[in-house]
Amino acid sequence: MTATTHDHAHHAAEATGFKRWLVTTNHKDIGSMYLLFSLAMFLVGGAMALVIRAELFQPGLQLVDPYFFNQMTTMHALVMIFGAVMPAFTGLANWMIPLMVGAPDMALPRMNNWSFWLLPFGFAVLLSTLFMPGGGPAGGWTMYPPLMLQTGTAFPFVIFAIHILGISSIMGSINVVATILNMRAPGMTLMKMPLFVWTWLITAYLMIAVMPVLAGAITMLLTDQYFGTTFFSAAGGGDPVLYQHIFWFFGHPEVYILILPAFGIVSTIIPAFARKPLFGYSSMVYATASIAFLSFIVWAHHMFTVGMPLAGQLFFMYATMLIAVPTGVKVFNWVATMWRGAMTFETPMLFALAFVFLFTIGGFSGLMLAIAPADYQYHDTYFVVAHFHYVLVTGAVFAILAAAYYWLPKWTGHMYSERLGKAHFWLSTISVNVLFFPQHFLGLAGMPRRIPDYSVQFADWNMISSIGGFAFGFSQLIFVWLLIKCIRGGEKAEARAWEGAEGLEWEVPSPAPHHTFDTPPVVR
Amino acid sequence: MAQAESGYYVPHGSNWPIIGSVGLTSLVIGIALYLEGMGLGLWVMGAGGALLIYMVWGWFADVIRESVGGLYSAQVDRSLRWGMIWFIFSEIMFFGAFFGALFYARFLSVPWLGGEDPATSRVLWDSALLAWPTAGPGNLGLDWKPMGPWPLPTINTLILLTSGVTLTVAHHALKENNRRRLITFMWMTIALGLAFICLQAYEYYEAYAHLNLRLDTGIYGSTFFMLTGFHGVHVLLGTIMLIVITLRCMKGHFEADSHFGYEATAWYWHFVDVVWLGLYVFVYIM
Amino acid sequence: MRIGKQCQKSVLALALLFMAGPALADLSLLNMTQGVTDMSNQVYGLHMTIFWITVVIGVLVFGAMFYSIIRHRKSRGVKPAKFHHSTAVEIVWTIIPLAILVGMAIPATRVLIDINDTTGSEMTVKVTGYQWFWGYEYIDEDVQFLSRLDVESDRARQLGSGVSPASVPYYLENVDNRLVLPVDTRIRFQITAADVIHSWWVPDFGWKRDAIPGFVNETWTQIDEPGIYRGRCAELCGRDHGFMPIVIEAVEKDEFETWLMAQREGSSADEASDAVASR
Ligand SMILES: [Cu+2]
Ligand SMILES: [Cu+2]
Repeated sequence: MTATTHDHAHHAAEATGFKRWLVTTNHKDIGSMYLLFSLAMFLVGGAMALVIRAELFQPGLQLVDPYFFNQMTTMHALVMIFGAVMPAFTGLANWMIPLMVGAPDMALPRMNNWSFWLLPFGFAVLLSTLFMPGGGPAGGWTMYPPLMLQTGTAFPFVIFAIHILGISSIMGSINVVATILNMRAPGMTLMKMPLFVWTWLITAYLMIAVMPVLAGAITMLLTDQYFGTTFFSAAGGGDPVLYQHIFWFFGHPEVYILILPAFGIVSTIIPAFARKPLFGYSSMVYATASIAFLSFIVWAHHMFTVGMPLAGQLFFMYATMLIAVPTGVKVFNWVATMWRGAMTFETPMLFALAFVFLFTIGGFSGLMLAIAPADYQYHDTYFVVAHFHYVLVTGAVFAILAAAYYWLPKWTGHMYSERLGKAHFWLSTISVNVLFFPQHFLGLAGMPRRIPDYSVQFADWNMISSIGGFAFGFSQLIFVWLLIKCIRGGEKAEARAWEGAEGLEWEVPSPAPHHTFDTPPVVR
Repeated sequence: MAQAESGYYVPHGSNWPIIGSVGLTSLVIGIALYLEGMGLGLWVMGAGGALLIYMVWGWFADVIRESVGGLYSAQVDRSLRWGMIWFIFSEIMFFGAFFGALFYARFLSVPWLGGEDPATSRVLWDSALLAWPTAGPGNLGLDWKPMGPWPLPTINTLILLTSGVTLTVAHHALKENNRRRLITFMWMTIALGLAFICLQAYEYYEAYAHLNLRLDTGIYGSTFFMLTGFHGVHVLLGTIMLIVITLRCMKGHFEADSHFGYEATAWYWHFVDVVWLGLYVFVYIM
Repeated sequence: MRIGKQCQKSVLALALLFMAGPALADLSLLNMTQGVTDMSNQVYGLHMTIFWITVVIGVLVFGAMFYSIIRHRKSRGVKPAKFHHSTAVEIVWTIIPLAILVGMAIPATRVLIDINDTTGSEMTVKVTGYQWFWGYEYIDEDVQFLSRLDVESDRARQLGSGVSPASVPYYLENVDNRLVLPVDTRIRFQITAADVIHSWWVPDFGWKRDAIPGFVNETWTQIDEPGIYRGRCAELCGRDHGFMPIVIEAVEKDEFETWLMAQREGSSADEASDAVASR
C-alpha cells in the first residue's frame, strides 16, 4: 500500500485566495462550503418565515399582499428544503464520511466540486425570480398544476433552477454512494460502519432514485405550459392529480432524505455522551432500510382528499401506518442506549435529546395523519404544518445543529463556547415549541395552511406562535456568533474532543489536517 | 474488501466544474428567456451550450490524460464504475416518471373520463365512450391517427437490437486485442445508431405530415412524443459517446483488460436499448 | 453558576409567556370539532382514539427517557453498562406497535368505507370552485347561485384598510349567499372546479374534498341539527385562497322546500348575472 497520489504535476502550488474555493477538490473544503452555504440559506429561509409570521401576528392584512405572502410560503419551503437542510447533510457527509470510513477523499473529487457549485448558481436563479415581473413562484413548493401554470415570467426559471438543484443532489449522492461502497479502509465491513454512514448510504440511494422523478414531473409542467402537452389537463385526457402522484412519489422519499441522516447523527451522539455503545446497531440498520423501502409505497397519503378510489386510500393508509414500526424501533433503541449509561449534557447531547423527544412528537402527529378518515379533517391545515415542522425543525435542523456542535472541534480545532451553546439550545428549544405547538390547536380548530389572513377566533394562538417564531429566529443568531468565535479561536481541541466519542474521525488531530488517511488505516 | 491497492488518485484544483456551472446556468437562463418570448435568450443559450461543450471536452480530456498516464488504480476504476451505474439508475428513474404518466393515463385517467367514473364523464364531459388511444374529452372531434408498431418502430427495434450485438462483438474483440475487428464493429454500431435516429426523425415527419399526430394531440401525443423524444435524445448522446470512444480506439487507447471508458459507453448504449424495448411494447404495441 | 442563573431566568420568562397564552386564547380552540353529522362524530372518535394511543406510548417512552436522563448521569457517579442489544426486547417492541396499529386500522377502515359510499342519496348538490368563490347547483331543482365573501369582510381585509377585523361580524367567515341544506337528508355532493384545484371543507361535516378541474369528486353528508356551519377553501388556489369561505345554513326539511321554491321563482331574474355558475 502506498500513499495517495496527488496531482502535483501541473498544479505545483494549490490555488490560493478565492480561487482556491472555486477549484478545490478537497472534501473538507467542499464540506465547509456546503455547510456555510446551508447556514446562509437557513437565514434567508428564516427571514421569509419571519415575514410569514409577522403577517400572521394578528388578523387582517398589515404588511404584505396575499400574492407576495404566497411567494414567501413557497420560497421558504424551497429554500429550507433544497438550500438549508439537504446541503447541510451533504456538507456533513463530505466532511465526515471520508474521515469515518478512513478514505483519503470522496470517490469522485472533481465531480464533488461541481455538485457544490451548482447550488449557489441554482439558488441565484431561484431567488432572482422574486424580482421578476409577476413575482416569484406562489403556488406552494409542491407546485401543483393548474395553479403553478399561472406563475408569471418566473415560471421557466423556477423549473430550471430546480433542475439544477436536482442535478447537484444526484451528483452529490452518487459521490456518497461510490465513496461508501468503494473507499472504506481495510477491515471496515459494511456492518462496522458508523450509523451516520449507513443512513447516508440509504439516503443517497433514495436521492438518486427520486430526484430524477421530480425532474420528470416539472419537465411535464414545462411542456404543458409551453408546448401544448396535456399531462395535467383533463380536456386532453390527463389529470391534475397525475402531477401529485408523480410529485409525491418523489416527495415522500424526500421526507426521509431530510430525516435519515439526522437519525444517523443522533445515533452517533447519544452513545458518545451516554458512554455506552449504541443499542441494537443492526436493528437500526434494518429499520433504516425498511423505512427507505416503505417510503416508495406510501406517497398518496399526501392525497387522501383528492378522491382516490377506496382501495387506493386503504392501501396507502395501511402502508403509511406501517412506517411507525421501524421508526418506533429507532426511538426505543435510542432510549435503551441512554438506559444505564453515564450521561453528560454538553450542547450536542442536549440537541440530540431534544431531537428524540420532539421528533417523536412529530412522529405521533404523523401517525394521526396516516389515519385516512381523520386526515379528511387534518389535511392542509395548520395541524399538518405543525407536524412537519416538528419533524423538520426539531427533527432535521436540531440534528444538524447537534452535529455541528459535536464536530465543530474537529473542524476548527477549537472548543466552542459551551455557555453560548447552552443558551442557544434552551432559547431554541423553548421558542420552537412556543412557535409550533399552538399550530396543532389552530389546525384542529379549522385554520387552513397557506392563508395570509384568518378569522378572529384564531388570533390568540397565532400571536403566540408568531412570538415564538421571532424568538426562535433571533436565537439562531447566537449560533452564528458562537460559530464565528469558534472559528477564530478558543480552547484548543484534542484529537478526541469528547470523552466518549468513538470512530476514526477522532483518531486524526483537531483540526483535521487538509489531507487525512492518505494511507488507509486498518480497522479491526 | 475495499482497499487502496496502489494509492488513490485525488486530482487537485480543477477549473472545469465552475465553468460547467456557468455554462449550465447560462444555458437554462437562455432557454427560459426564450420561452418567455425574449429573443436574446437564444444567444445566452448558445453561449451557455458552447461553454458546456467546452467543459465536457476539457474535463474528459483531463480524465483521459490521467487515465492514459497511469494515475488510475483499480480502486479509482471501481469508483468510476459505481458512478456510472448510479448515473444510469437515475436515468432509468427519469424515464420511470414518463412511463408512470403513460400508465396513469391509460389505466386511470382516460377510463375515468371515459365512463368508469360516471359523475365525471356524465356531469362534465359527456364522454362515455372515450378509450385509448385518445386526445382527451376536450378534443373528441379531432382527426388524427396513432402511431402503430409497423413498419418503422419494428425496424427500429431490430436496428437497436442488432446494434447491441455488434457492440458486444466489438467489446469481445477489444478483450481479445483484435483492434481491426473492434473498430469495424464499432463503426457498424455507430451506423446503426445513426440509422435509428434518421428513422425516428422520419417517423416524426410522418406523424406530423400524415397522421396529424402532434405533441399537443392530447395525452396520446404528449406521452408518445415525450417518451420517444427523450429516448431519441439519449440515443443521440449515446451515438456521440460511441463516436468518441471509437476515435479513441483508433488512437490506440484502452487495454484488453482495462477500458472503463469503453465499458461505460457500452452500458449506456445497452440502457438506451432496454428503454426502447419498454417503449416498443408500451407505446407502440399495447 | 452564573450561566445557570441566566438560563433559569430566560426559561422562567418564556414559560410565563407560554402559560399566559391559554389565558388570552379562546380555550375551546384546542381540539377538532365533533361536528353535526354521524360521520364527523366517527372521525372525531378516531381522532381521539389515536390521540390517546399516542399519549400512552408517549408517557411510557418519555417516562423511560427522563428517568434515564435523571438517574443515569455521570455526575451521579454511575458506571456505564456495557449491553448493546437484546433480540428478545427488540422483537417485543416490534410486535407490540404492530398489534396496536392493526387495532387502529380496523375502525379506520370501517369509517373510510362509509365515507366513500355515496349510494342512496336523496338529493345532489354540485359544488364548483372558482378563483375565488364557490358555485352551487341543486341538481334537478333548477336552482344555482354563486357564493362569495361578504362585502364587509372584503372591505376590512384589504391591505391597510384601517378596519379592525374584530369589528366585523364573522370576519372572513361570511358569504353573500349561503348554501341552504335540509337536515336529516342524505345529501350527495359533486365537487369540481373551473380553474385550479380548490378544496371544499366544512369541519362540522367531518371531511374536506378537493375540487379538481375536469373531474368530479363525490361524497356525502347527513346533517343532524339545524344551524349555521362555517368552512373554507383548504387547497391553495392563488392570491385570494384565504378569502373564499363556505357558509352552510341547515334547516328543517319543510323549511328547505319553501326556500327552494322561493329561489326557483327568484332565480329567473338573477339568472343573467349568475350565468358564470353554469358551465
Ligand atoms: Cu409522506
Ligand atoms: Cu383555495
